[in-house]
Amino acid sequence: MPYEIDYLAIAPELIIFVTILVVLALDLFLPRPLKYWTATAAVAGTALALLPLALLVIDDQVVSMFDGSYVVDEFAVVLKGLFLIAAYVVFLMSVSYIESDRYYQGEYYFLLLASLLGSLVMASSRDLIVLFIGLELVTGPLYLLAGWRKGDVKSNEASMKYFILGVLSTAILLYGMSLLFGLTGEVTFAGLAEATQGMADQPAMVMAVLFVIVGFGFKISAVPFHFWAPDTYEGAPTPITAYLSVNSKAAGFVAMLLVMYLALPGLADVWAPALWALAALSMTIGNLAALRQTNIVRLLAYSSVAQAGFMLVPFAAAAVAGADLEEAFAATVIYLVIYAVMNLGAFGVVIAGANKTRSGEIEGWAGLAKVDAKLGVLVAVFFFSLAGIPPLAGWFAKFAMFRSVIIAGGVTTVVLAVIAAINAVIAFYYYAKVVKSVWLDDVAGEFPGDVEAAPSGSLRLALGISVALTVAIGFYPAIATFVGDASRVIASGG
Amino acid sequence: MVLNQFLILGAALFAMGVYGLLVRRNIVLILLSVELMLNAVNINLIAFESFLVTSQALGQVFAIFVITVAAAEVGIGLAIVLMIFRNRKSANVDDLSLMRW
Repeated sequence: MPYEIDYLAIAPELIIFVTILVVLALDLFLPRPLKYWTATAAVAGTALALLPLALLVIDDQVVSMFDGSYVVDEFAVVLKGLFLIAAYVVFLMSVSYIESDRYYQGEYYFLLLASLLGSLVMASSRDLIVLFIGLELVTGPLYLLAGWRKGDVKSNEASMKYFILGVLSTAILLYGMSLLFGLTGEVTFAGLAEATQGMADQPAMVMAVLFVIVGFGFKISAVPFHFWAPDTYEGAPTPITAYLSVNSKAAGFVAMLLVMYLALPGLADVWAPALWALAALSMTIGNLAALRQTNIVRLLAYSSVAQAGFMLVPFAAAAVAGADLEEAFAATVIYLVIYAVMNLGAFGVVIAGANKTRSGEIEGWAGLAKVDAKLGVLVAVFFFSLAGIPPLAGWFAKFAMFRSVIIAGGVTTVVLAVIAAINAVIAFYYYAKVVKSVWLDDVAGEFPGDVEAAPSGSLRLALGISVALTVAIGFYPAIATFVGDASRVIASGG
Repeated sequence: MVLNQFLILGAALFAMGVYGLLVRRNIVLILLSVELMLNAVNINLIAFESFLVTSQALGQVFAIFVITVAAAEVGIGLAIVLMIFRNRKSANVDDLSLMRW
């Protein structure tokens, strides 16, 4: 029954879709003082969409729809859970941030929900067309959200740079996809996997794969396709930056891994060295550039470039060594999930800290812990976690990465592991620099913001969720291994 | 049917689009270059489809999706151009250099 639709399996997408319409209608009909209901509806809809996911996890079945182009398996369910929780936290961070703005409009939530729907579609796509639609639905609304502060020229610039490089990458990706289709006559991943066996020596195929990798490279902001990221991250509103660095990056990663792992396993000789180079360059250049940043958001931007490199390591290493990709795939997904949790927290801290210091500069944060110890502790938790210090979640991400590299074995793998290890040390320097500034440096005069005011309730909840997950995964990594194991149950559809 | 001439046309259009995107300074012309690249993709897809003749007309379906998304993308792009023009009275990308490194 290829055209039968399992409505439970796509219930999260349907709920988000209805929420989008509700938010749009609320924004249209509510008078201005009641517009905050759009935020409530968005948060409620996202939380509601988690319920059918819980059922699907318990149910534990592989549902394949539309001729195998849309598959709901454990991998898809787990990633949808990640996307929904991350979006939920971003919504919570947005509430007070957007209220303090002159522009309070429902379109903000409408656009974010549309982007969330795209990432949900992406996790289930097993077909180039569905993947393309999902990817565009993720990034399209984000071009507009990056420019949300219409009067701010920096925000304008962020939006424009993101847009130009985003559409360029889409065009390159599509050109690669059109060649893939032309050479095989297939668009489903299962069909492609079969048809591309033994085509690694065809020049046209090599070109197609390289186009696809370059297209995805922009989306995940891997070096040398990263230069839009710091500018866009700095200019965009901070909750959007959090969303960009977590949801949008994770969506790009998932798309890339799905294509490589499910559609093109026969061409590993072509894409593995390219990913290896991307991983090594992203880690090294991302970290070196982060060293000289003075702005916290730009520092986090380069840190996310470097983290993207770490995420690629297990997959690239195993593919180059010709080892079993399943283990590496699981390690990459574990890294992705842990990175999402701690990075969200780091941006939450940036929002809370900026309310007090009115500054994005690391120097402007000096001595913050002396006036607000709780916030200081949170800064330490998230930044040390990003650096990979036990017992915070980050250590397990790095552990899973190195473990899968050791399993893969081989000379090229070891070289990559050494590069990763050196970079982990470099990264510690700039993460610790922020913590040092907050805890050890003296306050340079008064903080311009309201130091006494506690963060709003929703921001506290957002920080609470992130800190709970960061600490819980650190002490009890089985939570993350569950995600990794789920990603082993991945169905190619068809 | 001869496939090559269409693929060469597609590749030429794509290359022109990349070139335009890199050297043009006006944002509207950059948007046009992007359209050129996306249309190169469409020509590729349609040419492959009429050459391969797949059972579900996949190439044509793909091309229709690309056309739709391209239209939406240009809408977004023009909205961003308008926003920038209101603030700066210029649509030149060289003016967008507040942030570097």
